Amino acid sequence: MSAAQHEIVVAGLADLEERERLVVEVDGVELGIYFHAGEVRAWHNVCPHQGGPVCQGKIMPRTVQTVREDRKNGGPAFHPSDRTIVCPWHGFEFDIGTGRHPSAPGIGLRPIPVRVQGDDVIVTIRGDQPGFPGR
Amino acid sequence: MPEQDPSARPRIRELAEIGGRTDTRDVLAHATAQAHREYDDYFIVDIDAHVSEDHFWAEVLELIDNDVWRHIGMDQLGKFAGNNALLNIQPGMSQQSVGGRIGHQGRKEPLDGVTGHPFVGAARRGMDAMGLDYQVVFPSAMLLLGMHPQDEIEVVLGRAFNRWLTEVVLPQDDRLKGMLYLPYNTPEACEELVERYAGDDGIIGYTVCSTRNNPVHSDVYTRLYKLIEDSGKPLAFHSGYHWGDPSFAQLNRFLSMHALSFTHYNQIHVTNWIINAMPERFPKLRMVWVESGLAWIPFLMQRLDHEVLMRPSEAPGLTRLPSEYMRDMWYTSQPMERTSMELLEAGMKAFGAETQLLYSSDWPHWDWDAPSTITRLPFLSEQAKRNILGLNAARVFNLPTDRRKPAAQRVLQDRPGIS
Ligand code: FES
Repeated sequence: MSAAQHEIVVAGLADLEERERLVVEVDGVELGIYFHAGEVRAWHNVCPHQGGPVCQGKIMPRTVQTVREDRKNGGPAFHPSDRTIVCPWHGFEFDIGTGRHPSAPGIGLRPIPVRVQGDDVIVTIRGDQPGFPGR
Repeated sequence: MPEQDPSARPRIRELAEIGGRTDTRDVLAHATAQAHREYDDYFIVDIDAHVSEDHFWAEVLELIDNDVWRHIGMDQLGKFAGNNALLNIQPGMSQQSVGGRIGHQGRKEPLDGVTGHPFVGAARRGMDAMGLDYQVVFPSAMLLLGMHPQDEIEVVLGRAFNRWLTEVVLPQDDRLKGMLYLPYNTPEACEELVERYAGDDGIIGYTVCSTRNNPVHSDVYTRLYKLIEDSGKPLAFHSGYHWGDPSFAQLNRFLSMHALSFTHYNQIHVTNWIINAMPERFPKLRMVWVESGLAWIPFLMQRLDHEVLMRPSEAPGLTRLPSEYMRDMWYTSQPMERTSMELLEAGMKAFGAETQLLYSSDWPHWDWDAPSTITRLPFLSEQAKRNILGLNAARVFNLPTDRRKPAAQRVLQDRPGIS
């Protein structure tokens, strides 16, 4: 590990499981930590669109288009398990697990390394990381 | 994991979810950080913002100068229509917030403790957080009034809103400026308003809500245009949507209707304005086209040039090509389409953005743009960015360019985005 990066315990796993999402600022770096489908993810709280506080928005089920018999429109529906992070500034949505926009997979959130040890959720923050608010 | 030395333990601060009741300064804390790093020394004028006046609709209704309409409005206010009393917007079709995903659209921010009128307090929070020196406020709920079947209602609400703006709001903070609402379905009422407010310092221009079917070249407006030209203040056409328009009623999603209708109305009005050679008849009238984004501008320039070259007898008043007249007009930036930087750069070159583009935020609407949308454009010179963000507006609207906003660092210190 380089001198510029350090590991930090940012949450307890049981607490995160219950809350699903926690957004914190650690020494000037803002990040969202998520528990979904048995996995833990951490994303920078900086939206790729205009730098908004993406992790502080709502978490929503992904909306899908259903199709009935003979390719008829079945209307929109909520996906039973996929969840998206919705940026509160303009509504860009990102899959919690992959960080990708559902319509433009090339647009995505920047990940932060995260691991679980016991009940500790530990992230790796780099001092030079471009994760400062609004960047 | 090795134990952390308590003295070296990082400071962890939790940030709350942002929703409809979140303090504007917290919603915009990242914009304040952008201002601090990127544009704190820029002079910035926001030509189009909407502090939601529907929260104060009772105050506007009280100022209606016709006893009968005031009575009906106040009666509706306390009953089924609430803050939409007398208005023709359809709340059930107002899907801007994407099912509540974007909380600041139609937000209900607690404003206890702000000094002065809560409208002004909310606007000041937004201006300081985004690093704006001036902001021009515009009514949101009245954007569709041009389609109201009762012209009288447009007139009484227009007059009442203008009084509320000039008597209640603008005197409280001279960083806030207004554009007078013109009840354009009734030209005589517009003339009377221009004559009454031409000398008001808080009023820096006049607005027509573009969502309407009036031909802008009609002779019923010539006296009005002359009065506006003589006042030296610009005339702005603020676009909007109307899902009830038969063409747009074919569109089954808010996004489709929104994408097309906001550009549609201003395209119609610019086309009529130019093809009927209005710039030749009112050469000093400064025209500003608001909230249609930018992508439509190069399209219309080429399209009209193409047609006029083939059919000059149908536009006999023109001495130049339509695109040349369009280069003399001003346009506001939001919502600035930018998925292709090449197209955006070409479009900006086409209409001369360096001198003709005016930054607008449209805050707090769902598709608002922060000033960083301009500062981060890779192809603009430093001077072009400064022009677009404020110096062009200072020229068009006669605003002094001294700094009016607090330092972004101080805004962040006072309220570091805690939520
Ligand atoms: S900044 Fe996130 S959607 Fe615009």
